[in-house]
Amino acid sequence: MIAQNIGFWIIAIVMIVAALRVVTTNNVVHAALWLVVVLAGAAAQYILLAAEFVAVTQVLVYIGAVMVLFLFGTMLTRARIGTESDLNNSYKKLGIPVGLVMFVAMGLALISSFGDEKLPQTATVVSTQEISDQIFGPYLLPFWALSVVLLAAVVGAIVLARKD
Amino acid sequence: MIALLAEVPYWGQSLLRVLGGLVAVLLPAGTIVYVFLFKMMSFMQSRLGPMEAGPYGSMQLFAEVGKWLQKEDIVPDRADARIFKMAPVIVLVSTFLLVVVVPFGPEAWFTDFETGVFYALAVSSISVLGILIAGWSSANKYSLLGGLRAAGQLIAYELPMVLAVMGVVIQAGTMNLQKIVVAQNTGSMFGIDAIGHPYVISQFFGFIIFMIAIQAELTQAPFDMPIAESELVSGYMTEYSGFRFLIFFIGEFATAGVFAMIASVLFLGGWGVPFTWFGWTSVDDVANWMNFVGPLIMFTKMMLLVFIIMWIRFSYPRLREDQLQRFAWKGLIPVALINIMVTAILKVVF
Repeated sequence: MIAQNIGFWIIAIVMIVAALRVVTTNNVVHAALWLVVVLAGAAAQYILLAAEFVAVTQVLVYIGAVMVLFLFGTMLTRARIGTESDLNNSYKKLGIPVGLVMFVAMGLALISSFGDEKLPQTATVVSTQEISDQIFGPYLLPFWALSVVLLAAVVGAIVLARKD
Repeated sequence: MIALLAEVPYWGQSLLRVLGGLVAVLLPAGTIVYVFLFKMMSFMQSRLGPMEAGPYGSMQLFAEVGKWLQKEDIVPDRADARIFKMAPVIVLVSTFLLVVVVPFGPEAWFTDFETGVFYALAVSSISVLGILIAGWSSANKYSLLGGLRAAGQLIAYELPMVLAVMGVVIQAGTMNLQKIVVAQNTGSMFGIDAIGHPYVISQFFGFIIFMIAIQAELTQAPFDMPIAESELVSGYMTEYSGFRFLIFFIGEFATAGVFAMIASVLFLGGWGVPFTWFGWTSVDDVANWMNFVGPLIMFTKMMLLVFIIMWIRFSYPRLREDQLQRFAWKGLIPVALINIMVTAILKVVF
């Protein structure tokens, strides 16, 4: 178990440093690439938890699709090489208290629901088949609802992008 | 590999895995470049190709690699140097991550990953990131255009690729590449056991869509708009020289080899022969010598598929950018969706 703990701390520290660089760097593309490091770190943490399906989904959706589209969009519109000085706007000071409130709220929620409770050491590996049985069994209705939300988003994007 | 290496310590196994990965990536890449790019293309154009270095020019590749390694490593003055240097490495790393899940024999695999196909599709999309930032960091409008074209193309063709694979996953009932191989070689078709059940027959549309999609993912002609030399100099690779260009070059043909291996696993039965030939009933019965013959069978199937890819590459002119997008979104994706529906219905009925 100790090897996993060391791995967790290394990945966690890399993620924190990368997350700080996302908001402090002076270049849009650099910020996006630091965000890729954070998301890859999250995928690595899922692997440590033996949740390989979630980890692969994280890579496919966030690194392979979301970040690529993000970089694509910024490169098409505004992505200069070198430092940009006007990346921070006047809401920067508001962001710090909001971030702190979020951190405290989520920390309290975690402590109040788990406290000193320790997860069982013999972690059972949930296979992909069991996940699909759960999604298409007891969780079918929420799954459908999410699909409708995504469909609405897709239709909305088309409506916004149409010229006529 | 686990059974073969049971006595080897962990660090030794890891070292052997790394060496095996290097061989599995670089050997097909070198063979593809020599056999197809140097020789087949030359014969198709009525010329001899390289003849001087070694017998029939077979050492030409080593000469080329030596030449590239000697060249100066140039970074454009206004480029974003750190990212410029990082980009080719990201592309090559994605290829090495891809080969990890490919099974080469009953016990000759690097890792027996339960969500193998899904993983392969996920890590293959990482290379887009490398190509995009290569185009951006070069500080060159042709590079940037090439990078953007590549990203648009790879996103558009990743979708039909995923959908084509879905048909195979439905038929095999698993995402594990090793189990997909076993399912094809233990199955039977039309009541005949002797040919097994290669999915190239029952998933013919899936196979065609998958091959077109990997042709586009590899940016081989007729889908080579990202590096269109008559429009964009050399696209995202314009500013690269020396060993960084070499990394892109190896990445292109190594990825071709690995994608062909994955296609052969999904549709042609991978490393296996129909198990009934030798009276095997499951993967545990398979004789030990298949661990050595399996990779060779796999290599033959890979060469066959790469031959098709290269044949099309050398035969057809480039599509236009809008034709490319329309072909993916209005042609391949609807056909792939219908293929999934029909496969699912037939799977439930039979």
